[in-house]
Amino acid sequence: MDPKEIIARRVALELRHQTLVNLGIGLPTLVAKYVPAGIEVAFQSENGIIGFGSPPPTGMEDPNLTDAGGGFISALPGAVSFDSAFSFMLIRGGHLDMTVLGGLQVDVLGRLANWMVPGKLVPGMGGAMDLVAGARRVIVAMQHTARGAPKIVPALTLPPTASRPVSLIVTDLAVLRPTPEGMVLQERASGVRVQEIVAATTAPLLVPAEVPEMRLAGVQEHPTLVG
Amino acid sequence: MRRAITAAEAAVLVPDGASVLFGGFMGVGTPMRLVDALVERGARGLTIIGNDTGRPGVGVGRLIDAGCVSRAVVSHIGTNPVTQQKMIAGEIDVELVPQGTLAERIRAGGAGLGGVLTQTGIGTLVADGKQIVSVGGRDYLLELPIRADFAVIHAHEADYKFNLTYRLTAMNFNPVIALAADCVIAEANEVVPTGVLPPDAIRTPGILVHHLVERPR
Repeated sequence: MDPKEIIARRVALELRHQTLVNLGIGLPTLVAKYVPAGIEVAFQSENGIIGFGSPPPTGMEDPNLTDAGGGFISALPGAVSFDSAFSFMLIRGGHLDMTVLGGLQVDVLGRLANWMVPGKLVPGMGGAMDLVAGARRVIVAMQHTARGAPKIVPALTLPPTASRPVSLIVTDLAVLRPTPEGMVLQERASGVRVQEIVAATTAPLLVPAEVPEMRLAGVQEHPTLVG
Repeated sequence: MRRAITAAEAAVLVPDGASVLFGGFMGVGTPMRLVDALVERGARGLTIIGNDTGRPGVGVGRLIDAGCVSRAVVSHIGTNPVTQQKMIAGEIDVELVPQGTLAERIRAGGAGLGGVLTQTGIGTLVADGKQIVSVGGRDYLLELPIRADFAVIHAHEADYKFNLTYRLTAMNFNPVIALAADCVIAEANEVVPTGVLPPDAIRTPGILVHHLVERPR
């Protein structure tokens, strides 16, 4: 299975019924494809909509209806649009049950860096800092290493996105949970051994005697969010 | 009754060196007739304030391409490599502001507030040089209000009193900037007679809008 699909399908298991969720651009948006059956989730896009759906058929795009990445979307029945101040009241005011973001690095305390590589990449933070500061739960969805280099590190070498620790990190190899005692290795991907995970991680890990395998959400034919 | 003006007339109202708040999110909801008119008149030295700098050829990216901008106060430049190049070359000074903080600073500027307290940015580069205020045992950054010389708005409908409605994700920063500038210029997809827009559909009272650009021909 493609690493991004593993990550998205595991993150989807964190979705809770009847909650407001924000998915960051890139890999996190894939989570919307795997909403478990029986769970209703309202997805917010920071540019001012709750209830967006998959892209419309070619030639039917509405130039007034886009997501936070600038891509065309549709609006589900019951969708609502609002301005940027209101959008960030939702984000900063604790109304999001969950946000899913990409990451460049996460440190042993669970602090995230995902907005800047000094001297190389200065895209700006957009809504990322508000999301990490405000959402009830922050889930980082990222590949475990970048071109062989570990991304879960003892201390950040990149500028932090927030001082608040994230709630969970889901990679193609593992699920990790920051705690006051340290970074716990909570689950391992199917077929991946604990030693492989430890070898790919420079941050010290608390490894329980038993590290269960990740479960993954099944692929649901969600009629409004897929295809 | 007030009359509409052309985009060219509006662009002449904005002098070189002015600060301009822009509605728009990656070009969606950006007042493009006004952008193009500013490029056309060769505007220079503008400070632009808004969510982002669009993309090359898209949204306020056209102002960046044309060399109209000397300073940008935005939450994101990642989609515009031209902005990034010009920033590295020292041609454009970029101040990056978290999107939620930007929205609140502009809202505060329009709302007569002295500032806002937010936890966003605590423990990051965003906190550098800023006052930290402790309330109820939590640290907040004191972020100061933003106001500008001009706010340029893209609306969906305008009536003859310049009341404005907005559409879907083209709304974004437009209603927020409407109160935070000395001169507010709007363009709309459609202009309708007064009375067509019901009171609770209107997001920006026309009395706050100084100029309306002619409807598209």
